[in-house]
Amino acid sequence: MGKIRVLVAKPGLDGHDRGAKIVARALRDAGMEVIYSGLHQTADQIITTAIQEDVHVIGLSLLSGAHMTLFVDVATLAKKHDLQNVLIIGGGIIPEDDIPALKKAGISAVFGPGTPVEKIVEYIETYVKR
Amino acid sequence: MKTVEQQILAGDQQAIARLITAVENNSPVAIDVMRSLHRHTGHAHIIGVTGVMGGGKSSLIYKLSSVMRKKGLKIGIIAIDPTSPFTGGALLGDRIRMGELSDDPDVFIRSMGTRGMLGGLSGAVYDVIEILDAAGKDVILIETVGVGQAEVDIVKVADTTIVLLVPGLGDSIQTIKAGLMEIADIFVVNKADKPGADQTVAELESFLDVYAPTVSQRKPVIVSTSVKENMGFEDLHEQIQLHYMFLQKNEKVVEKRKIRYEVVLVEIIRKRLMGLIYDQKRLTQTVDQLVSDVVQRKLDPYTAADTIFSSLIK
Ligand SMILES: Nc1nc2c(ncn2[C@@H]2O[C@H](COP(=O)(O)OP(=O)(O)OP(=O)(O)O)[C@@H](O)[C@H]2O)c(=O)[nH]1
Ligand SMILES: [Mg+2]
Repeated sequence: MGKIRVLVAKPGLDGHDRGAKIVARALRDAGMEVIYSGLHQTADQIITTAIQEDVHVIGLSLLSGAHMTLFVDVATLAKKHDLQNVLIIGGGIIPEDDIPALKKAGISAVFGPGTPVEKIVEYIETYVKR
Repeated sequence: MKTVEQQILAGDQQAIARLITAVENNSPVAIDVMRSLHRHTGHAHIIGVTGVMGGGKSSLIYKLSSVMRKKGLKIGIIAIDPTSPFTGGALLGDRIRMGELSDDPDVFIRSMGTRGMLGGLSGAVYDVIEILDAAGKDVILIETVGVGQAEVDIVKVADTTIVLLVPGLGDSIQTIKAGLMEIADIFVVNKADKPGADQTVAELESFLDVYAPTVSQRKPVIVSTSVKENMGFEDLHEQIQLHYMFLQKNEKVVEKRKIRYEVVLVEIIRKRLMGLIYDQKRLTQTVDQLVSDVVQRKLDPYTAADTIFSSLIK
């Protein structure tokens, strides 16, 4: 079986990618191939990258609070491009109340600040579709 | 319904991406598609970019691609980063530098881990070149892993090899592994906005004065670039074209590609042999037993290898 490929992307305007980088390294150390796309990605860029890189997982990280639009944009575009086998997960400061709506939009899981990285690794290994 | 072959020829990004994954995973289905794609290849100019770690290879590919896009060229980019030999994981970060290229429909970027290959490339890179070529790319740019040792295999793959250096290496033109200096068709001194660039160019020139090119048979040229100041990339593109014209005029493209396809054949055979040795349960046990025998001095490694070979031929 092939390796799990993960795109770690930061949509939107906030410039803090420490968290994203820590997650990216942890996933690498768990044996995954991690494509890190850098800051300020648009939903279009994220989806095109996910297609070209043929990833199993898109991990979105956002601290700016714009997740209700940006996460949902990515999930909607993923559906439009038939990426229903791609697991989309999100991380950042996300109020409990927003989670049901995000899940409904197609974000499989949401990880708040301080989530141990092992938990994210385990989630991906359990739910990835290959 | 289109066949996979037809989808690739039409440049369908999803089909290209999935076929690349399949060749990376050595899937038998992919091999049949690869067989049918080969006759559609041979059009793309293959350009290798190698050089010091963090020297600006990805940034240079971005700037150069922007120049090429303005001229209407379709581009494939293969960016290779090291796979950890311990975990098998890899952090593929070259896309960070690729800006708006990342959703240009005529640019296809693929990041790859080395997955155990030495030499700065990935084992699947040859197939990925064929796929992008068949998909109609005019230019295929390959970024090797940052050079530490003698990661010079790119020269056997690329038509044109760019070696990237940066100012302030001090005496290190001398200390850079001889192999790296010998493979360049074009030297780029990037980060020319930094102090010491002129000195690096001068050192390179004096190095080239006493150096008779072996691999390329043409004296390498030197181009200064700065990603920061967006300078030198038109010039670089022109030098790349001049080199390609040199190759074409002297039938050297054929020579270059003979070198590449010889590597390709050896690689296919190597993969099959390794498959024969490690995929069959029976032989895996044999190998295991033989290795133990070698450790216990019951057998020497050569005799053990003879045993494996004769059971392969049977
Ligand atoms: N001042 C200056 N900085 C540059 C230039 N080109 C690249 N850089 C910077 O150098 C750093 C490394 O650039 P990359 O393009 O990632 O280099 P690379 O060779 O691809 O790196 P690896 O793939 O990690 O080996 C980045 O911080 C760039 O912004 C340049 O011309 N001038
Ligand atoms: Mg790079």
